[in-house]
Amino acid sequence: MIIGLPHYLIVAAVLFSLGIICVVSRRNAIGLLMGVELILNSANINLVAFARYVESGISGQVFALFVIVLAAAEAAVAMAIVMAIYRHLRNIDTAAAVNLKE
Amino acid sequence: MEHIGTADWIWLIPVLPLLGAAINGFFGTRLQRRFGEKAVHAVAILMPSLSFFITLGYFIRLMGLPEAERQLLCHLFDWIHIDTFTVPLAFWFDTLSAVMALMVTLVGTLIHIYSTAYMHKDTSYWRFFSFMNLFMFAMLTLVLGDNFLLMFIGWEGVGLCSYLLIAFWYQDIDKAQAGMKAFITNRIGDFGFIVGIFALMWALGGGWSDSGFTLVNPGQLTVVFREVQQYVGSLEGATIFGMSVATFACLCFFWGATAKSAQIPLYVWLPDAMAGPTPVSALIHAATMVTAGVYMVARLNFLFAMSATAMTAVALVGALTALFAATIGLFQNDIKKVLAYSTVSQLGYMFLGVGVGAYWAGIFHLLTHAFFKACLFLGSGSVIHAMHHAYHKAHNHDDDPQDMRNMGGLGRHMPTTRWTYLAACVAIAGFPFMSGFFSKDEILWKAFSNANTLVPGWILWAIGATGAVLTAFYMFRSYYMTFSGTFRGGAETERHLHESPKAITVVLSILGVLSIVGGVMGLPHLWHLPNWLEHWLAPVFHGSQALVKWGEFTHSTEWTLMLVSVLVAVTGFLFARMLYRDNRSEIPARMLKRFPAIHRVLYHKYYVDELYDATAIAGSVGLAKVSDWFDKYIIDGIVNLTGYFARFISWLHGLSDIYLVDGLVNGLAHASGAIGRWLRGWQTGRIQTYLYGVLGGGLVLILIRFILFD
Amino acid sequence: MTLLTAIGLSDIAFFIFALLIIGCGAVVAFSRNIVHSGFALMGTFAGVAGLYALAFAQFIAAVQIMVYVGGVLVVILFAIMMTREIGRAESSNPAVGRFPAVLLGVVIGAVLVFIALQFPWTINPSTDFDPTVNDLGDALLSRFLIPFEVLSLLLLAVLVGAVMLVKKEIKALPPEEKSS
Repeated sequence: MIIGLPHYLIVAAVLFSLGIICVVSRRNAIGLLMGVELILNSANINLVAFARYVESGISGQVFALFVIVLAAAEAAVAMAIVMAIYRHLRNIDTAAAVNLKE
Repeated sequence: MEHIGTADWIWLIPVLPLLGAAINGFFGTRLQRRFGEKAVHAVAILMPSLSFFITLGYFIRLMGLPEAERQLLCHLFDWIHIDTFTVPLAFWFDTLSAVMALMVTLVGTLIHIYSTAYMHKDTSYWRFFSFMNLFMFAMLTLVLGDNFLLMFIGWEGVGLCSYLLIAFWYQDIDKAQAGMKAFITNRIGDFGFIVGIFALMWALGGGWSDSGFTLVNPGQLTVVFREVQQYVGSLEGATIFGMSVATFACLCFFWGATAKSAQIPLYVWLPDAMAGPTPVSALIHAATMVTAGVYMVARLNFLFAMSATAMTAVALVGALTALFAATIGLFQNDIKKVLAYSTVSQLGYMFLGVGVGAYWAGIFHLLTHAFFKACLFLGSGSVIHAMHHAYHKAHNHDDDPQDMRNMGGLGRHMPTTRWTYLAACVAIAGFPFMSGFFSKDEILWKAFSNANTLVPGWILWAIGATGAVLTAFYMFRSYYMTFSGTFRGGAETERHLHESPKAITVVLSILGVLSIVGGVMGLPHLWHLPNWLEHWLAPVFHGSQALVKWGEFTHSTEWTLMLVSVLVAVTGFLFARMLYRDNRSEIPARMLKRFPAIHRVLYHKYYVDELYDATAIAGSVGLAKVSDWFDKYIIDGIVNLTGYFARFISWLHGLSDIYLVDGLVNGLAHASGAIGRWLRGWQTGRIQTYLYGVLGGGLVLILIRFILFD
Repeated sequence: MTLLTAIGLSDIAFFIFALLIIGCGAVVAFSRNIVHSGFALMGTFAGVAGLYALAFAQFIAAVQIMVYVGGVLVVILFAIMMTREIGRAESSNPAVGRFPAVLLGVVIGAVLVFIALQFPWTINPSTDFDPTVNDLGDALLSRFLIPFEVLSLLLLAVLVGAVMLVKKEIKALPPEEKSS
């Protein structure tokens, strides 16, 4: 048993970095959402790992559960928005939705 | 203490006219509108006439009393009561106030009756009668009051009514100004009167020493005439400002009298007072109010007799005024102005009389003058009324109905007015056996024979006699210019001339008769006939009899002087007849050309008004201007400076507000704007840009944390 | 050999899952085809679920599979299918500024790894740690009751909001779009 907390954290960190790269570089709204999902998952890995090695309690898992729920909700809303934008603009390129800033 | 009878109802004499004044004053408009003028003058005449009958009743009662007890007192209540000092509200009906009250109520009632015709159809009919009744109240209070304060109330009251009635037609600025002139001049005199009262009161109660005033005789602190007379002996030797207290007080009182009775130097208001309705001139400015000063001096005879200086001042001022006013009267063209100066002149004779110690003679002339001058004024009023009416009918609104140059020949149209006017003229000129002859002759004789004044008696007599010549002259001049010859006011106007209504002619007749026969009150001793008035008034002047001294002259001297008086009157009459009869003579016009300077000076009343304008009035106006200047430039300057300072501070404040506070606020806004514009460049709308920012920021935070805490 | 003997089965499983996660994550992040990204995402989720299971969070792992793979991922795939450029693989998943993105990602990753290794974690190596679903339920309905209920409200709001968003846009469609 050599796997400890740092391993989990490193995996989460890498996943987080991949999520960031995905979010920052994607122009497709759906791709962007996928990056967000990656970031959330990396955070969840951390929470569960902390629950396992640091706290040794249930709170971390409860938070992970909440994050999952929130992610699901976020995905639902985000997809609805994506569909709306697509219907409106015939496109889901985030660059095309720049008009929202006005 | 002499015996004084009591009379409970004397207070009705002054109060009844007050009631009338109140009724007309408060309900006059309604009365006039509802019942017409009749209701107004019914009340207004009823009250003074009731007063007259009450006065007459008490007068008769007084006659029935023994000589020494001829005084009645009506003590209502104590008005002021401070320690031993008491001012009762009481009316004193002695022989002097009795004849005065009788004269005032009689003449007053007659003039009220006259006014019903004269003031007919005036819009403020009720107001006129209200004021007239108020005047009756004030005058009767003045006459009947038993102390200085009550007399002062009347004194001020008549001044007020005088003002109200002179300025009765207040829409005319000249008349309103004449009223103010009278009032202000009277105020100047009133000041002297008040000072006199206080000086006398304090002097009686105590004396001045180095430590100020000390109350020596608290019991003597009084303003009641009887008590003052009782204690007046204690004033012997007392001095104030280097003169005796009696002299000082008398001069103060006389100062008040010169204003009220129009003597030099405060006579100027009386000629202007003719702006009021003619009945007012007759009642207030000829018969009653202006004689208040004479009455006061007579009332205070015991005090004046103590001071030779004061008596000389009174006599001399009186004599000079008599002459001075008579000269002005010579060339006046306004019929009322002539009578006004005549009044001033006649008042001068009265003061001459009381000044030389012949108090009863002064009062005698006062009474006869009341009759003939009232008659003259009412006659002139009748003439003016007719002229005014005729001009009105002839649609001539330019000519002055009071100017004698527009008259002439009125005798044919107005016989009653003419004959009564002539009777009064004869009386005032001093023709033998007329009332004026007896009274004026008595005064002149007493002036000649007196040994009280500091100037020799013959000088006073000479001045008086010269005035008498002029009096006869100007009175007959006015008579001839008005009633004789042909009418000069145009034929159209002449057609409308007619005699005045009954109310006027009847009153004129009564007064005319009184003018002629009034003299029987005081027949000269020389004729060995009973002198009723002197005898009657003797108790009043009892206190001064010991002090008044007379020179020794033979009967032949007296006869001579009487003859001179007659000659004087006849001379004046003849001159006037020669120059003005029927207005045919050319001489007046030629004289006018020959001596224009004299005429001008006299016509302009010696420029006294101008002198007063240039001195007293200009002085006070100048003072007002200086005050105004001071107010405008110094006070306002200070105020404005404060204002400018405040404005400067506000300006600074505003600057700081605009540039500092607003600058800060605006600067913040501009900065926010600029930053916002700059930041807007960052808001690309691309989510990637934001993410770079967020993540970069997070990295920087982490790095900072490591740099700082590790 | 000490190393090999020390390596247990769970360690091997951890590395497998870690590789799955990172590999699939890289595909998600770098693939030019959005459909490929979507399917790679499924692998990532599965790997994460495996890590949960290894960390004694079996219930969370089950939820991860059900919610993410069975829910979120299906939604994402539906969305991909419904958008137009699905057919054009090349242009379906465009990326901009990939180099700065990778740079940023590497820096962040490095920092995070550095922190993870540097930080003195207080390890609590309790061997008997084995929370059950029972424990989780207790915690949710006692200590975390209020967040739990608020979360349920949030879900309701999301449900309504998502429906509203889509429905509104349908209404706002121009007539020619409806006909086509």
